[in-house]
Amino acid sequence: MAFWIASSPHNHNHTKTPNLMRLVMYATLPGVLAQWYFFGWGNLIHISLAMATALICEFTVLSLRKKPISHELFDGSALLAALLIGICLPALAPWWISVIGTIFAIVIAKQLYGGLGHNPFNPAMAGYVMLLVSFPLQMTLWQPPLSLVAVDLNFTNTLYTILTGFSVEGYSVEQIRTSIDGLTMATPLDTLKTNTSLGLTVFESIKNPIFGDNFALGWEWINAGFLLGGLFLIAKKAIPWQTPISFLLSLFICSFIGYSLSPDSSASTMFHWFSGATMLGAFFILTDPVSGATSNKGRIIVGLLAGLLVYLIRTAGGYPDGVAFAVLLCNMSAPLIDQYTRPRTYGHLKGDK
Amino acid sequence: MNILLAILVLGSIAAVFGALLGFASVRFKVDADPIVEQLDALLPQTQCGQCGYPGCKPYAQAVADGEAINKCAPGGEDTIKKIADLMGVEVQPIDESHVKGNIAQSNRPKVAFVIEEDCIGCTKCIQACPVDAIIGAAKQMHTIIVDECTGCDLCVAPCPVDCIEMRELPETIHNWQWDLTSIPVTQLD
Amino acid sequence: MVESVVERITRGHFWDFHGGIHPPEQKFLTSNKPIKQLSLPKQLIIPLQQHIGQEGDLLVSIGEHVLKGQALTLSTNPMVVPIHAPTSGTISAIKMSVIAHPSGLSQLCIIFDVDGDDRWRKREVCHDIELLANHQIIEKIANAGIAGMGGAGFPTHIKVNSKVSSKPDINFLIINGVECEPYITADDLLMMEQSNAIVDGIKILDKLLTPAFIFIAIENNKPKAIKALQQATAKIEKIKVCVVPTKYPAGGEKQLIQILTGKEVTSGQLPIHAGIVMQNVATCFAINEAVRHDTPLIRRVVTVTGQALDKPQNVWALIGTPINFLLEQCSVQHIKNEKQPVIMGGPMMGFSVSSELVPVVKTSNCILVPSKVEMPSAFEKESKEVECIRCGQCSDVCPSQLLPQELQWSAKAKDHAQLKKLNLSDCIDCGACAYVCPSQIPLVHYYRIAKAEILEQQQLDLKAEKAKTRFEARKLRLEKEKVARHEKQKKAAAARKAAMNKATPEATGAKSAVAAALARVKAKKASKDQVQEQTNTPDSQTNLSSDVADDQKSQVSAAIARAKAKKKLKAEATNTLSSDNNDANKIVDALETKSTVTLQASVDDKKAKIAVAIAKAKAKKLNKTNDAAADTNKVTKHTLAVNMDAKKVVNIEDKKVKIAAAIAKVKSKALAKANKVNKETDDTSRINYPVTNNETQSKYKPAELVQTEQEDIAVSDSTGNSKNKNITESKPIISIDKKAKIIAAIAKAKAKNKLKEISLVEKNNPDNV
Repeated sequence: MAFWIASSPHNHNHTKTPNLMRLVMYATLPGVLAQWYFFGWGNLIHISLAMATALICEFTVLSLRKKPISHELFDGSALLAALLIGICLPALAPWWISVIGTIFAIVIAKQLYGGLGHNPFNPAMAGYVMLLVSFPLQMTLWQPPLSLVAVDLNFTNTLYTILTGFSVEGYSVEQIRTSIDGLTMATPLDTLKTNTSLGLTVFESIKNPIFGDNFALGWEWINAGFLLGGLFLIAKKAIPWQTPISFLLSLFICSFIGYSLSPDSSASTMFHWFSGATMLGAFFILTDPVSGATSNKGRIIVGLLAGLLVYLIRTAGGYPDGVAFAVLLCNMSAPLIDQYTRPRTYGHLKGDK
Repeated sequence: MNILLAILVLGSIAAVFGALLGFASVRFKVDADPIVEQLDALLPQTQCGQCGYPGCKPYAQAVADGEAINKCAPGGEDTIKKIADLMGVEVQPIDESHVKGNIAQSNRPKVAFVIEEDCIGCTKCIQACPVDAIIGAAKQMHTIIVDECTGCDLCVAPCPVDCIEMRELPETIHNWQWDLTSIPVTQLD
Repeated sequence: MVESVVERITRGHFWDFHGGIHPPEQKFLTSNKPIKQLSLPKQLIIPLQQHIGQEGDLLVSIGEHVLKGQALTLSTNPMVVPIHAPTSGTISAIKMSVIAHPSGLSQLCIIFDVDGDDRWRKREVCHDIELLANHQIIEKIANAGIAGMGGAGFPTHIKVNSKVSSKPDINFLIINGVECEPYITADDLLMMEQSNAIVDGIKILDKLLTPAFIFIAIENNKPKAIKALQQATAKIEKIKVCVVPTKYPAGGEKQLIQILTGKEVTSGQLPIHAGIVMQNVATCFAINEAVRHDTPLIRRVVTVTGQALDKPQNVWALIGTPINFLLEQCSVQHIKNEKQPVIMGGPMMGFSVSSELVPVVKTSNCILVPSKVEMPSAFEKESKEVECIRCGQCSDVCPSQLLPQELQWSAKAKDHAQLKKLNLSDCIDCGACAYVCPSQIPLVHYYRIAKAEILEQQQLDLKAEKAKTRFEARKLRLEKEKVARHEKQKKAAAARKAAMNKATPEATGAKSAVAAALARVKAKKASKDQVQEQTNTPDSQTNLSSDVADDQKSQVSAAIARAKAKKKLKAEATNTLSSDNNDANKIVDALETKSTVTLQASVDDKKAKIAVAIAKAKAKKLNKTNDAAADTNKVTKHTLAVNMDAKKVVNIEDKKVKIAAAIAKVKSKALAKANKVNKETDDTSRINYPVTNNETQSKYKPAELVQTEQEDIAVSDSTGNSKNKNITESKPIISIDKKAKIIAAIAKAKAKNKLKEISLVEKNNPDNV
């Protein structure tokens, strides 16, 4: 027996970063399933494409940076980023969209900044925004829920469409997106935005079948799925509760004020909550610890700021949804917020830090 | 006429801003420490003279006047870096010609030690010590005040009987730097 | 405030501290077994320093046989805690040995061969502590070598000494029985088995500190200990047993204070500044042993635990017992070819030891030998550290509300300024942050390194500052020496030059003549004022008299002063205490001033001047006290001394002056008569007295000073004149002086230049005085 020197504490609660990442990935399952149910295989195909790309990118960069590959390749951070990109993309976007987006996210947004823990921006959102800015056409190829699509989008058909741009039967993506009435369908948020700019009231807009019975056909269930997963994560203490709660609260307040000021041109609070990427952003993207604020007060501020930004971008901005932009802007301000929200150390007065 | 007007306007604007700038430079002058003082504060104060100047302050003065910043052997890379930061110049590798002895090579601080049996009491080391850290009188054995010794090495050369050597300060629990890897462990059967 | 805290506590409500964790508890390994008495080990290794502070002075030598409880070191200052022989035996060596410290470094230890008799030294059992004064109790505690047994090892006698100045009243005495480390049960068992002794110890602390309330804090996972202490304190109103919720690190001093009182100890201050003192239960037990049973701190309860042991148990271990003895007693399972951590202290804050010879010291409460199953992280070959993902879990659990992740970055970057800004010094090393870190970053280790570096940097800065001042001082000294050397050379050159010049008149006349001339010149220069004054006096003839006469006169007046002083001495010796006596004192002082002034004027000697000035100052001081004959004696003695000095100088300078002095002596007899007149004429003394007094007062008023000085001179002149009158009246010396005056006038001109030179040199060389 030899004595073995180690530094205290000698015990550990056995949590590991990979486990944490895996837990977050599992928590996306309800949302992803809902997505699959309402929108078909498209996103699942994109998720697997993105994950494969992410692993290849990660491996290449890690070996170039001479980092311990086995240690870091499967720490889950790259896979999680790929998963989020896959979830965010339009289901029928061409395959190279997810590949390019993932490459950008992993290589540029993550590894070039120093890898895990050093990236100032959420890689998934950075990749998504890059795609949104660079390929606006492909990135708006939103597919209506399966119930409204005339073409039978089974797995092979979807895969074929993603890979070639045409379904097996020869329909183009545009044709798939076109409803029986001959109208091209977009997301509820998009539709609302277009209609509002056309002078229609919200009440008139939501008669569009895309909105379904409640707020947004399909989307509401996807959001509910992510909400469920998020609550699970909070219960598991894998993510802090402050960010999502403050974000949702902020969005609620903003939309409530907007709605009460002009009900005609503003969507309801619940519409804002349950459409677009609200819940995904609240529980899975804003809570990314690396690029977010670290102090509790800072997290609340980031959440409030993100809610406000999302509302502003959705109502006044050029894009239908603003979660990705809001997240990037919050990432930018996080270090500053952290700087000013340092907690008061034990035994120190409020004034002297 | 227009040209004249333009010149006049621009000229007066220039004058006004010039005056404003001048006023601001006087009014909001930052009273920083003189650069020599700042440099002196960065130097290790061993007063060893290895830089070729009689003490740290003169070297600080010299650096302020444009002397190379890489002559301080006891300060090592750290000091050079700090001076470079302060002076806004490039970091240079240490000038080997100014490194006497083994100060720069060792991590642990060293102090001079008088081998008592050999000391003949010549007082030469006392005269060499820049910080008066050696006690002794003519024909009496000398000794080093360990707490005052800066480890500058200057007393070693003048000793006619080579009775001064530089010894590493032992590692104690008070100056231990939590280097767990260097702890020897015993093997039990 | 105090009341509300007590109310809350009686209701069982406590405050909470930020953060904290719940590591898996393994107290059951040892908490159900009684504390085991061990057989005596063969050898003990007793480190000289087992506490915060300094080593004591050794009292024993190698080969000496000592009895149990005998002091081995002596405490010479408050930060020294003595150590004692844990049993009887022989000192076999005093050498460097591995001590109980994370560094595994060696310190001076006493190697102690146990003889097995366990024979006690003589003990004085105290039955009633009420008979002891507080300082006696504190002395007993100090002599028993008690240092905080909770882990820090702060000398207890300093902590309990509430009489030390600037300490406020003690509101709360908190007895810490929390023991939040998840393995340790030493305090738990001690509370179960020795609750009455602990309460007795608390009573002693109560007597010393007189706190308003005493809280015994115990975590709610120790039901037996809680019950035992509740029973033991049932009849004492002042003591409250507080059952606090289990959370690590509730046993930290600052955290426990926050739990019980809701107060925070201001950073950089001690709890006592907030009127709170905290003591560990084991310390209370030790205090009781020391004060009542005269038993120094020679043993303590140590939890020997961990799943790698077959028989984990609490034991009474003698201080100095090597851990291998303890491990043998608890049958450690041999794990071949496996690195086995042996941890001294708990799993959260303990350190791994490097040798089986590490002894148990006063602060060791646990030896932990974990198995790989229960604590895999302690066995990890290399750090599994990955990048920080800023998850913030560390700051959520930090009891000091620090930002461990930011500290970690700054610590890695060695950014000491930022670390200070982030209050690294408030980190209590509890390890909660590293425990929860999902990236497995050894955060505490980084902080410890950073703390050690900051400390070293501070010491280096101090040293650099010291070296700088020493260097500057040396430079200044060398400069001074150089100037002094230069001056000396210059002076030597001047002296040579003077000697050369001297040689010229020597050819023409006698050496002594020149010297005489010199002296006369000096005298004349000084008496110029006198001469001027004298023109106004009726004795205009005297003005015509030679300088020599003046010189002689001044000498005479000095002599007179001396004579007078002597006479006064005698007179006072015989004098009874009367109002006249005081007057006489004043007269003497006045005369003394007079004489010094005239002396000054006549001799014009720098040395004499300075001496006189000192004497004057002394005289003035004494004049102020203005009391009895004794003082006067002193004054006159001083005056005499000054006069003697002056005389000496005069002797050296001029032989003639000597002769003059001899003449003066003769004259003095005559003057004695005149003096009588002086004495009788109250006017003179009255005039003199206020003048001298004025001078004393106006020491720091330049304008006035000038005035009074002028007056003084005037007065002395007038008295001098009267003396002169006496002289001229009594003996016709003037005729002789006339001739001398002419010679002197010639010599004066010659000597003037030299004189200037010499005086200049002398001015620059005050060292010669």
